[in-house]
Amino acid sequence: MLAVAAKEFLHILRDPRTLAVALVMPLAMVLLYGYAIDMELRALPIAVLDEEGGVRSRQLVEDVQSSGFIQVVERLSSREQIEPGFRHNRFLAALVIPAGHARRLGQGREAPVQVVVDGADGSTAATVGAYLEQAIALHNGRRLPGAGLKPPLRVEPRTWFNPQRVSAHFIVPGLTAVVMIMVCALLTSISIVRERETGTLEQVLTAPVQARELILGKLQPYLLIGALDTAVIFFVGRVVFQVPMNGSWLALAGYSLLYIWVALAMGLLISALVRTQQVAMMIALVVTLLPALLLSGFIFSHASMPLPLQVVGHLIPATWYLRIVRGVMLAGVNAWPREALVLAGMGVAITGLALKRFQKRLDD
Amino acid sequence: MRPTTESGLAVRAHHLSRRFGDFTAVDSLDLDVEAGEIFGFLGANGAGKTTAIRMLCGLLAPSAGEAWVDGLPISTHGEAVKRRIGYMSQRFGLYDDLRVGENLEFYGGIYGLDSAAIKARRGELLERLDLSQALDRPTGSLPLGYKQRLALGVALLHRPPILFLDEPTGGVDPVARRAFWDLIYEVAAEGTTVFVTTHYMDEAEYCGRVSIMVAGRIQALGTPASLKAEHGARDMQDLFLKVVGT
Ligand SMILES: Nc1ncnc2c1ncn2[C@@H]1O[C@H](COP(=O)(O)OP(=O)(O)OP(=O)(O)O)[C@@H](O)[C@H]1O
Ligand SMILES: [Mg+2]
Repeated sequence: MLAVAAKEFLHILRDPRTLAVALVMPLAMVLLYGYAIDMELRALPIAVLDEEGGVRSRQLVEDVQSSGFIQVVERLSSREQIEPGFRHNRFLAALVIPAGHARRLGQGREAPVQVVVDGADGSTAATVGAYLEQAIALHNGRRLPGAGLKPPLRVEPRTWFNPQRVSAHFIVPGLTAVVMIMVCALLTSISIVRERETGTLEQVLTAPVQARELILGKLQPYLLIGALDTAVIFFVGRVVFQVPMNGSWLALAGYSLLYIWVALAMGLLISALVRTQQVAMMIALVVTLLPALLLSGFIFSHASMPLPLQVVGHLIPATWYLRIVRGVMLAGVNAWPREALVLAGMGVAITGLALKRFQKRLDD
Repeated sequence: MRPTTESGLAVRAHHLSRRFGDFTAVDSLDLDVEAGEIFGFLGANGAGKTTAIRMLCGLLAPSAGEAWVDGLPISTHGEAVKRRIGYMSQRFGLYDDLRVGENLEFYGGIYGLDSAAIKARRGELLERLDLSQALDRPTGSLPLGYKQRLALGVALLHRPPILFLDEPTGGVDPVARRAFWDLIYEVAAEGTTVFVTTHYMDEAEYCGRVSIMVAGRIQALGTPASLKAEHGARDMQDLFLKVVGT
């Protein structure tokens, strides 16, 4: 196994292009996505229609404004102005405070406000809605202990962990989960099938080498590369996006190694099953990137998904790692025994399957 | 099924067959190769030589039949067979991106030699194969003749009693071929059985016995001299054409 690991390590060193891609691509992806999402979510423009015009409603607008990620760009005087504003992309949502707001509050009754969202861009609409809702909840907590404006929409619980409300804080840890699974699976997905294609496997298989030695030997050097990648991403997250680190680095490193192992094993399994490098890379990309992006809870929360998608979501490793990273970094919770156990289980199962599926013959 | 071979046979095949879909690449091959022989396994392109060797080396499962290598049935003793054979594939199978020495180290490692033994064996082989000056060269940059000698070195690393060489001298000049065959003779002189395929009929002449395979079946088998007499052929080339042509 050591011989295989050493040899595999030499392959990596001798191929600076792949090494560069392996190290630079994740960095570039995190920077690009991080900035893009950061920009998109920062200071969403909204309009306010204050039909009440009193102290209470002014306070509400102030609180919404001061939340930092919503900017009131326009004051409206009638509902008729909302629709043209949407059409000309001047703002994405309108907060309507109906007349009688303060009176109802004074009577201890529910005082609903209305949030009108431009539905043309679904994902932004959901974001604005959620953020406004959160700003209102904040306002409730500050000004009206015990009383409540009825929240117009459900509050996304995940934002609890993100008190500074800078979106990158939330995005970058999740992005690590997406990027790492893709890069690691891609790295190993070609490692066996490449040897099949170039004919080196034919020579290796005439030696009395165990499938276990080959598979585990191939895993080791990539574990190192993956760890290096993850370290770089976290460094960038810390330095460039100022993602807070409220938990323990050591715990995070441990969980990350577990996750990298699962991702690498997925790549090896693919490599053991297919016959060409191109197919291997395509499959690796499809089974890692899209599910991690869409079903892990990175962008869409599981609670908002139909049941079948939720089930699939819980079958992908990114879901479990995502909880851990966000939990450790943002919430400062270091103990994630259930999530770690699931990841370890996946690692064992997938590695076992790769071992089982790896043919020590040239075809069949 | 026959009992395992009596001692003295390095390779025995009994009704060994391999099909790919409807196509039969090796058709009920029967063959006995004595220990210590240089056996020439001849045949036209696509006759099934590589397929047969791959089965003998445990790289392909036979569709039917059985074979014994060094007395061990390949169907049940695949791993033990692997310790007793050296194999040089038709297509160069070492790592181009590794240095010459690193390829030998890797194979020494997977054959279970410790690092001191690998160093010693490596030096010895490179010396013998006239590759000492190439130790640190990237394997991919070597001329084909050097690559073939290196592949032979890897096949010999663990001192196997039986050597399978699949077209070991394809595509190199007569001088390099001659040098390679000198090495084959040296190895055979130490008692190693050499099972070799070639398309060069002058090389066939160097073999103790040859078989000529046509479309998955052996059509002629014997010493070069006896076969030439039997078929009234002037030389091996003539013999080959007569056997394959019919
Ligand atoms: N994996 C495979 N799938 C399908 N057909 C195959 C496979 N391997 C070999 N064949 C076919 O089996 C036949 C015998 O091939 P083989 O490589 O054994 O011939 P060979 O005698 O070694 O030829 P050459 O002298 O060209 O090396 C050929 O027709 C080849 O196309
Ligand atoms: Mg061949």
